[in-house]
Amino acid sequence: MANPPGVSQQDFSAALRQFEDAVGQEWVFSSDEDVALYRDAYSPFWDEEQERVASAAVAPDNVEEVQQVMRIANRYSIPIYPISTGRNLAYGGAAPALSGSVVLDLKRMNRVLEVSEENAFALVEPGVSYFDLYRHIQDQGLKLMIDVPLPGWGSPIGNALDHGAGVTPTRDHFGSHCGMEVVLANGDVLRTGMGALPGAETWQQFKYGIGPDIDGIFSQSNYGVVTKMGFWLLPEPEAVRSLSVTAPRHDDAEAMVGIMSNLIYSGVVDSHVSFISPVLNGQSNAELDVLRARGNAATAAEWDGYAASRNLKFWQAGFTFYGPEDVVDARWRHVRERFSVIPGVEFGDGATYRFPMTAEEREQVGQKNVLGIPSLANFSGRTPANPEVADGHMDFSVIVPMTGAAVLESLKVLGQAYVDSGVDASLGTIQSFHPRTFLLISSFPVMRSDAEANGRMRAAYERVVRIAAEHGWGQYRVHTGFMDLALSTYSFNDNALSQFHATLKDAVDPNGILSAGRYGIWPRSMRESV
Amino acid sequence: MKIRIILCSLAAAGFAVSQVSAQESLQRGQQVFDDWCAPCHGSGPGNPGTVALEVRYQGTRPAALEARTDLTPDLTEFFVRNGLSIMPPFRKTEITDADLAALAAYLAPASD
Repeated sequence: MANPPGVSQQDFSAALRQFEDAVGQEWVFSSDEDVALYRDAYSPFWDEEQERVASAAVAPDNVEEVQQVMRIANRYSIPIYPISTGRNLAYGGAAPALSGSVVLDLKRMNRVLEVSEENAFALVEPGVSYFDLYRHIQDQGLKLMIDVPLPGWGSPIGNALDHGAGVTPTRDHFGSHCGMEVVLANGDVLRTGMGALPGAETWQQFKYGIGPDIDGIFSQSNYGVVTKMGFWLLPEPEAVRSLSVTAPRHDDAEAMVGIMSNLIYSGVVDSHVSFISPVLNGQSNAELDVLRARGNAATAAEWDGYAASRNLKFWQAGFTFYGPEDVVDARWRHVRERFSVIPGVEFGDGATYRFPMTAEEREQVGQKNVLGIPSLANFSGRTPANPEVADGHMDFSVIVPMTGAAVLESLKVLGQAYVDSGVDASLGTIQSFHPRTFLLISSFPVMRSDAEANGRMRAAYERVVRIAAEHGWGQYRVHTGFMDLALSTYSFNDNALSQFHATLKDAVDPNGILSAGRYGIWPRSMRESV
Repeated sequence: MKIRIILCSLAAAGFAVSQVSAQESLQRGQQVFDDWCAPCHGSGPGNPGTVALEVRYQGTRPAALEARTDLTPDLTEFFVRNGLSIMPPFRKTEITDADLAALAAYLAPASD
């Protein structure tokens, strides 16, 4: 067990004893065996000196206990790192951004405090998982649909605070939140929006309250511990229907994305859109590998030739519509009509679901996330097609403009960067997880038994982040080991944004005890050494 | 299969306190399995843990954990607390030691 940096053994021991008084002895973990459970199982630094590891963990049951922990931590300058369900794998898991931090494990705060069918919202604690919230809604027979990220074991609060997303109309999880309760570093509690008005009954309906809208500063940051958060939900729709659109040629990207973005901005499409290339994202083969290895030198005509020889469509867009069945059908028809101007375009009807659905029918659904059903089905384990898998992965998640030109450019530039780096990173897929941009997500493999491979992967990742930034494409979310790097790319006007973060940090957490280093925000005492 | 074992043991037990307690523990173990393990290791298609074990075992043993007859409590406890491949370990705030013991008993081969 490591001591927190800059804290004497005597002070650390005293703090641990006081944590035990606050939350109960059984909920303070300081043995090596227990603390090891907080390691990041997908750490790209596994077993290396740079691996971020905790010194201990403390697990409060309620807000008052969180307040006590914060006051004790302030007394002894103990760095604290809150986690919700601790399942932010590929972005750091349960491990802290600063080694030696005490993890504030909020998993025991797992109460679904309120779900309103009438006003379609939920108010939850951070330890509630998507599975928990879904089960609660099903058990209560409420006609509401939640939005889930692919792995369902995450926390709606944790995921929203890290700007995670899903696929339904409420898929921008932070954008769909309404109202927070936050414990500040000094142990004080505040509520945002209408929650600040005693007696208000609109905490989960009106985001702004009065004055500055401060909710955003508690996301991807270290200014407070969010202990409650409201989320807007979707009334269970009458029908859900999917549609795929394919186009044959490399250069169809421009028309495809142009129509797609207009449909999104017009409100015809209000849920996630995927835009993948069965060619570029295809399984490796000798001919494809030659084209890939040529990187930027491969022309559109050569790519089209390859696609035609294998009877592949170059692009495939996927849409899903939610709502009354006649509205869904009307949207679906309109989308078909709009794309029909592209020569060679083809349409594929996906699944149609009608509600209410029985538990058995829900169980049979293939893409459960489309219906807001949490699962781990997309967890990428060993499969017959892929019998040898990495131990984990780290995501490269970059925001690119919603234009065909940007799609082609980003795939070309980043594909070339992967080839040059010699790392087996997947090219990635284009997704509209957030409303008006594309997210290009690529996985970088992590091996717990091969530090050398992890080192090569890290070097490649850092290089690709910089190349992306040079093209104006920024990370939307990063692993804890690369937060300084990501923030450094958001450098407009001599890093004015980062400097403002630091000013805020010093004001709201003067002792710098909360999540030092998270998203590149460091307390004053550590800024010089970073 | 595990439910059958629970019912059989109930019928034979005469509801002695210790056996009722054992039955409650197995029920708890099943609940822990349903909550924490089934989303990956449940039977049927679409469970990535089960698919992965199918590939690993190639038919030499059942891929679904509830169908296994060789999962000793020590083995279950080891994998829950250490993970394997892409499966991360589970913390004590997620699966407590008591819940882990119940889970391990639920997955363990019947002793009689």
